[in-house]
Amino acid sequence: MLLRAENISRRYFRKHGEANFFEAVRPVSLTLESGKLTVLNGKSGSGKTTLLNMLAGLLNPSEGKVFLDRTDLYALGDKELSRLRCEKIGVIPQGRSAVDTLSVYENILLPGILYGETPRTEEAENWIAVLGISELRNAMPAELSGGELRRMAIARTLTASPEVILADEPTGDLDSDNTAIVLTAFQQAARAGKTVLVVSHETDAEAYADQIYHMNHGMIEQE
Amino acid sequence: MKHFSLMIRNLTRRPGRTISLILLTAFLAMSLFCGTVVVSSLRRGLNSMENRLGADIIVVPAEAESKASMKNLLLQGTIGTFYMDASALERVRETEGVGKASAQIFLSSMKADCCSVKVQIIGFDPENDFVVQPWIAESLNHQLGDMEVVVGCRVETEVGNNFRIYDRNCLVVAKLASTGTGLDTAVYCNMNTIHMLLQAAEEKGISHKIDSGNDSEVVSAIYVKVLPGTDPGLVNNRLNGHVRKATAIRTAGMMTEVADSLGGVSRTIAVLIAAVWALSLIILFIVFSMMVNERRRELAVYRLLGMSRKMLSGMILKETALCSLTGALCGTALGAILVFPFTTLIETSLKLPYLTPDAGSVVLYAGIAMIVTVLVGCAAGSRTASRLSRVDPGTTLREGA
Repeated sequence: MLLRAENISRRYFRKHGEANFFEAVRPVSLTLESGKLTVLNGKSGSGKTTLLNMLAGLLNPSEGKVFLDRTDLYALGDKELSRLRCEKIGVIPQGRSAVDTLSVYENILLPGILYGETPRTEEAENWIAVLGISELRNAMPAELSGGELRRMAIARTLTASPEVILADEPTGDLDSDNTAIVLTAFQQAARAGKTVLVVSHETDAEAYADQIYHMNHGMIEQE
Repeated sequence: MKHFSLMIRNLTRRPGRTISLILLTAFLAMSLFCGTVVVSSLRRGLNSMENRLGADIIVVPAEAESKASMKNLLLQGTIGTFYMDASALERVRETEGVGKASAQIFLSSMKADCCSVKVQIIGFDPENDFVVQPWIAESLNHQLGDMEVVVGCRVETEVGNNFRIYDRNCLVVAKLASTGTGLDTAVYCNMNTIHMLLQAAEEKGISHKIDSGNDSEVVSAIYVKVLPGTDPGLVNNRLNGHVRKATAIRTAGMMTEVADSLGGVSRTIAVLIAAVWALSLIILFIVFSMMVNERRRELAVYRLLGMSRKMLSGMILKETALCSLTGALCGTALGAILVFPFTTLIETSLKLPYLTPDAGSVVLYAGIAMIVTVLVGCAAGSRTASRLSRVDPGTTLREGA
């Protein structure tokens, strides 16, 4: 699937300070192709997460459009966009993204069952084993470390097997072994025809990338 | 693991939050149900008392008001044994404006071996009576015979049993329907029986002699119905002037006093319910506001994974509705446990006629209390649902990452 951004930008209103607006992302055009792992790097505060959220259909751009193949994401209503995000776009956000009232295993199965589909238990078992969290399957999120929670979120996205995977600092809490496991998994997903974007301020992911973009002060350039 | 089970997991794995919601809504339902039942019982009691009284004026011995007021006798079943010369009945009948007049004789049984229980015994004349007889006729299809008694619903005996009064056995031939007044604790018999019982009481040393020394013919109270179109106040004044050593009391005044008291109690209960509801609603609002902050991240995850705003609102509303319904059921059940077994205590405490509504009305009140509680719970929850469904998942999940 082709994920395409056409001149998208995002401005935030500021109550205080010299300027009234802060431009987190300046007009950006970007194409993410299926079968490729794209890495977007840049310093903290450069606008990477804002760009990812706009690509994921989570944050309306101030200007521009985002297309998934021919579908204009922000022309869809909330119901259609939510369903499309559930079925086609897997997002691994920064920070904790667990539902605290569900166990690790239930969290991993969650995207598949939101619209009444049969839980993808085989895929879940596979990714739980690959990511080394088998013994945590019945644990509650409150009992997990940051790295374990991150692996749970990655297992959840890979289990759902969406066409597009957008990962925001997925290896931030992981050691080098787990970082390698996760990035290899993303690379395999790309090889299997998925569209993968990894946003990171670290350089580890670049070794696995098919294309690399750099972001600085809200602007993007290909390396 | 579909939406319903997600809801159950959210509720069961946050027991503190769930229980506090259930308790609050239970409190709302209980206060509404109990308040409604008590106010309704008081209104029914007043209506019942009006219906049972059926007289415009009651003439009692002059000393009766201080000895034991008719109001206490009627409302609380306080035993009153006061007598006046039976000739008072003729003088009442002679008074201008009097349509019907019927006498009653009161006697108290004793808490001793000679008597089954200590109760008020009321003797009436079935031929002339217009107060007790119509009521008794609802439960008894023949004329009350000698040594036969009809008992109020709260007298502890059954039809067919012998009821012992001063070592005389009387046959219980009927048990009356509840009135919610002191009349429920009384025993009724005809004039022959009451005279035999008065004689028996005398043999036990219980005197019913009146000051004049004439103990052959006595009456305790005379119930008066004025002629249609006649002013009861005027007749009341005439009776007070015409009948010696007796006091005429207008029942309308008595009923007005009771109605005023009832109005006061009803208002107090309404204020209490309003206060409980206001307090509970404030707490409910605070709980839901706290929930907005507590669940912001969790619901951002649902949004991130593809739950629409409508689905999210629906899930929160269903959770709230389930908690409110559980609370409403528990609150109403608890209310029923509190209000029905303690009917006598409530009646005694309020000192007002109190007649519990019939089963159909109780079910209706319970249904209304539950529906109102669930609606209020959902209304409070809908604001939270609306706020939470607008959570920006990207920003929320990044905060405190």
